[in-house]
Amino acid sequence: MTDLTPVLTATWGAEESWTLKTYQDHGGYGALKKAFGMDKADIIQAVKDSGLRGRGGAGFPTGMKWGFLPPDDGGPRYLVVNADESEPGTCKDIPTMLNSPHVLIEGAIITSYAIGCNHAFIYVRGEVVHVYRRVMNAVAEAYKAGFLGKNIQGTGYDLDITVHAGAGAYICGEETALLDSLEGLRGQPRLKPPFPAVAGLYARPTVVNNVESIASVPAIIDRGVEWFTSMGTEKSKGMGIFSLSGHIEKPGQYEAPLGITLRELIEMAGGMRGGKKLKFWTPGGSSTPILTDEHLDTPLDYEAIGAAGSMLGTRALQIFDETTSVVRAVTRWMEFYKHESCGKCTPCREGTFWLTQILRRIEAGHGTPADLQQLLDTCDSIAGRSFCAFGDGAVSCVVSGLKYFRAEFEAYVDGTASFDPADAALFDYAVSTDTAATDAPELAQEAHA
Amino acid sequence: MTATADKAGSQAVETVNVTIDGKAISVAKDTLIIRAAEQVGIEIPRFCDHPLLKPAGACRQCLVDVASPGPDGNLRAFPKPQASCTMTVTEGMVVNTQNTSEEAERAQKGVMELLLINHPLDCPVCDKGGECPLQNQAMSHGNAESRFVDVKRVFEKPLALSSEILLDRERCVLCQRCTRFSDEIAGDSFIDLQNRGAMQQIGTFNEDVLGFDGYGPVGIAAEDESGGAFSSYFSGNTVQICPVGALTSSAYRFRARPFDLVSAAGISEHDSSGSAIRTDHRRGVILRRLADNDPTVNEEWITDKDRFAFAWQNMPDRLTRPLVRNDEGDLVEASWPQAIAAAAAGLREAVSGKKAKGVGVLPGGRITLEDAYAYGKFARVVLGTNDVDVRTRIASDEEQSFLGSSVASTGLGVTFADLERAPSVLLVGFEPEDEGGVVFLRMKKSSPKQQVFTVAPFLSRGAHKLGAQLVEAVPGYEGTVLAGLTKAADAVKALSEPGSVIVVGERVAGAPGAFTEALALADRTGARVVWIPRRAGERGAVEAGALPGLLPGGGDVAVAKARKAVASAWGVDDLPRTRGRDVTGILTAASARQLDALVVGGVQPTDLTADMIKALKAAKFVVSLEVRRTDATELADVVLPVAPPSEKSGTFVNWEGRLRGFATAIKTDAMSDHRVLDMLARELGVDLGTATVDAVNAELVTLGVLEDSARMAAPAVEAPAAKAAEKAASVAAGTKSLTLASWHQLIDEGSLQEGEPYLAGTGRIAVARMSPATAEAVGVKEGLVSVQGTHQSSIDLPVVITDMVDGVVWLPAKSPGSWVAATLGLAPGDSVSVKGGV
Repeated sequence: MTDLTPVLTATWGAEESWTLKTYQDHGGYGALKKAFGMDKADIIQAVKDSGLRGRGGAGFPTGMKWGFLPPDDGGPRYLVVNADESEPGTCKDIPTMLNSPHVLIEGAIITSYAIGCNHAFIYVRGEVVHVYRRVMNAVAEAYKAGFLGKNIQGTGYDLDITVHAGAGAYICGEETALLDSLEGLRGQPRLKPPFPAVAGLYARPTVVNNVESIASVPAIIDRGVEWFTSMGTEKSKGMGIFSLSGHIEKPGQYEAPLGITLRELIEMAGGMRGGKKLKFWTPGGSSTPILTDEHLDTPLDYEAIGAAGSMLGTRALQIFDETTSVVRAVTRWMEFYKHESCGKCTPCREGTFWLTQILRRIEAGHGTPADLQQLLDTCDSIAGRSFCAFGDGAVSCVVSGLKYFRAEFEAYVDGTASFDPADAALFDYAVSTDTAATDAPELAQEAHA
Repeated sequence: MTATADKAGSQAVETVNVTIDGKAISVAKDTLIIRAAEQVGIEIPRFCDHPLLKPAGACRQCLVDVASPGPDGNLRAFPKPQASCTMTVTEGMVVNTQNTSEEAERAQKGVMELLLINHPLDCPVCDKGGECPLQNQAMSHGNAESRFVDVKRVFEKPLALSSEILLDRERCVLCQRCTRFSDEIAGDSFIDLQNRGAMQQIGTFNEDVLGFDGYGPVGIAAEDESGGAFSSYFSGNTVQICPVGALTSSAYRFRARPFDLVSAAGISEHDSSGSAIRTDHRRGVILRRLADNDPTVNEEWITDKDRFAFAWQNMPDRLTRPLVRNDEGDLVEASWPQAIAAAAAGLREAVSGKKAKGVGVLPGGRITLEDAYAYGKFARVVLGTNDVDVRTRIASDEEQSFLGSSVASTGLGVTFADLERAPSVLLVGFEPEDEGGVVFLRMKKSSPKQQVFTVAPFLSRGAHKLGAQLVEAVPGYEGTVLAGLTKAADAVKALSEPGSVIVVGERVAGAPGAFTEALALADRTGARVVWIPRRAGERGAVEAGALPGLLPGGGDVAVAKARKAVASAWGVDDLPRTRGRDVTGILTAASARQLDALVVGGVQPTDLTADMIKALKAAKFVVSLEVRRTDATELADVVLPVAPPSEKSGTFVNWEGRLRGFATAIKTDAMSDHRVLDMLARELGVDLGTATVDAVNAELVTLGVLEDSARMAAPAVEAPAAKAAEKAASVAAGTKSLTLASWHQLIDEGSLQEGEPYLAGTGRIAVARMSPATAEAVGVKEGLVSVQGTHQSSIDLPVVITDMVDGVVWLPAKSPGSWVAATLGLAPGDSVSVKGGV
């Protein structure tokens, strides 16, 4: 049985956990002091050696990303923290910033110091105004305490942190779209190359890292590489926050070593809701292909989940029990992607528009057998064809849904499916009337918007 | 050219070897795959890709399979198809397009299917149908039948982006060619993407689409004085590069089917750039004009004036038959022999009658090289005078010396490519966007790398878009300002970079010493000087000698050697020996009855400060060669109809000195000026030898270029003193007198833009501009300002307080409500009286 390893979440239960005082009472900013005593290259090497992989979903080694920066040319270089957490099911960066914003700030200072950056940006998802305020307050506290600003702690090192609120677009979680948005432009992904490490924010070398990645840095510096690598599996080191949601007794954030299994996590979360049977789940948010109860013991690390045909993603475990209709879940996800497609490239823009209509028809009982093949064909025209990776993510749920639950789709087409959405509901709310019958007016309304 | 520049020029282009569909090819490094494929004749379908725009990778239609050698040298295939419009070739790369890769073909068919799901099936009524990349590529690379059975996205249609450009959003495939053109090429970001996903759409700033409440557009380029989004002078190009029928022009919408049109290549008559155009006509009527691709000149772009302003030549007042004034004083239609006989008789009387005072010739600035040559030769050989001047605008002797010494017969000088490559450019009395059109686009291409300086009263929008640095000058004192540029001046330092260019515009003729000082500055810095006039015929007329002191081949009429050379080629004993009168001189002389007759070509009396109407009335005899009835034809004794550019062939010489020959687009019986003059000369007993374009060109070739000693000396005119310039650039409280600044907006009420209201709607609104201090001194706060010149009438325009030189009021030269020359009788640099609060 794997144990929880609270590091980032360790102080969440403390009184006023978000304040500088609480953070410092628990040893906060100790790592910064240590980092200032280290050679910059040694900090980067430590992060490389720790094997820390990007916690934003793609799992790219963080230290290696830093290493892509070109040699210092005297001009500015930037750290941009991607706090635009919006992947469905993902809820780790927002509680981190809410409960312990200083761990992020400390990480940002250490990272900035290591890569030679004097101006870091935290791009916070626009909808979470309370988090935005909290991070801004924490930054103000850090300035006041001399952790930010000029000549930090007498080291001669200067750093400013700007907290920026996005305007509510899923695409701005894509790092190049985030940079455009941060520059005040329309948030759409940029052509690569040049990569952000070469020409990122304001066309200067830029590192873009996820909140959790940056927040993990202080602990690595403070407790050392060996401590970090003692957790996790061979190629997926360290701990991570697993966001559990859905049909379990105690949803929430569970910080554990990578490689823990869903079975263990469900047990920690008090088991399935009402003891019902697990039907399907996402390992890393809705953009990762769904898995089923046959994967309960698959280690939650990059390699094992990859081998199982999905991706670890953001470790957003959305758990669905047997009361849930896969068709309905997939349709909702697709509605999300249709709504959030930035529109830049044809496959994602048109494909999600089409898939949504087909799925709504199937869900409403108006599907045809040909629709199932059409779903797969359309997914095939999106996956690997779109401008950025979001196209691939958008179709994961459809392809994997059909892979594991084709019979259920067919039952919808036959008219033999019987799911009462109320059974799957987590709350007592009125049943949605969102069916194909209401499709046309909605589309027409959108068209005239 | 310096040694380093030589070296850079001769450096071999680095190439890489790639294989595309099994064909090995060596192409320049950094070539996009899609371009490399074109070089071996493989066409990859595409929508967003355009060779003159930056890659976007948006439509995903051009996906191909790519493999390139890994570190171990073995080929490694990319896991998914790659957009060939964004990926550059690398050594050893192997590309398989739809022709050889099933995966690529499947990817392309998939994208095509997605592009078509929301595209209406309205090809039969769509303007693009028949010449539509989407239609064509759907046929060649798409599935025959659609599998989409659901609800298509719809929009209200059309959306008017401007009076000229209409957008049918449901047809749009969101390739962003139009927005990228507007932003990258024209610098007018007046349209952009809005909303997202399937509802993403092109548009001008639209609060409804964006769901904004109370916000307005931001940024300096966002609004014009009307508060609306700017229209662009180049917006028509977006219609042409739209790969579907989403963008259409009001002028052409629903007028024709492309397969019913006959296309003819031509050269635009609207400015001195000589842009290549295509004229599409049907049953003798021009339906539209398009940009032709000429990489050396206009690339693939033209101005909206080039594109849309063609209705003028087929207006109801078009002249088709000669007119002769009868005994009752009425102009009546006559046969050509009658009219030629009448014209000849009148001119004969004016040349060789008792007490004959001679004839003045005003050909106008829009004629071809051949026409100009005929006018010049007609004046000198038939009429025995040097009183011939194409410059129906402000002109000076200094300018003529400049043209004679530095422009005439100098061949291809500074080119578009030189201007693009120039590290720095100094503009003197020249607005590239308003007065140059595609000149602006070429310079914009090099922005912000190219350092631009402009000697002007204020930074115009065009100059601003070029990132130009203002060198403030009161009109008339440009020479003084140039003389005052010391070694330490930024402009001088920048111009000292090899390859730099000084551009002088036609308005410089109103600034004493400016040509002299421009040449001096060129000597000081090593920069080259180029003259960019506005009208299409001006450079050709300089080459053809249609100026009072200039002979074809660059000879000075005052130099015997020059006269002798030309006279012998023309088979006459001698030519008139003294320089003739210029445009103002001719009109003044005619008004004072010191000339008996006038031969007038395409001249609008309203373009001149001198009173042409008075001159036409005073002259005993007037022959007018015109396309349409004008104020001039109404006062003529004989009117000889001539062909508009689309109905004749000939040559425009553009400002580069490049010969821009064009053939007849629409065959009618209308004759060119040179042919009509040839007939007239024959009636007067002279074989002018200008009956055909070939004849004129053959003669021009035999004339060749005259030696330097036969040419004019460079101008040497002193500019006004620095003190006077300082005084002009200041303003005292309570003053009522200011210096006039003015130039033509690209889209205004010029006579060649008549009959095209949609184009007129995209012109900038007419405003008067003055500096804050000036406005305060003359007591103008807001509202209308009234500007008066030598005539009774005034120009009343809304005032816009502008960051500009003091003591000056700027007015557009011929915009609605602001016809400066006609209303004020003044030119830039003159004094005007100003009062506010009218």
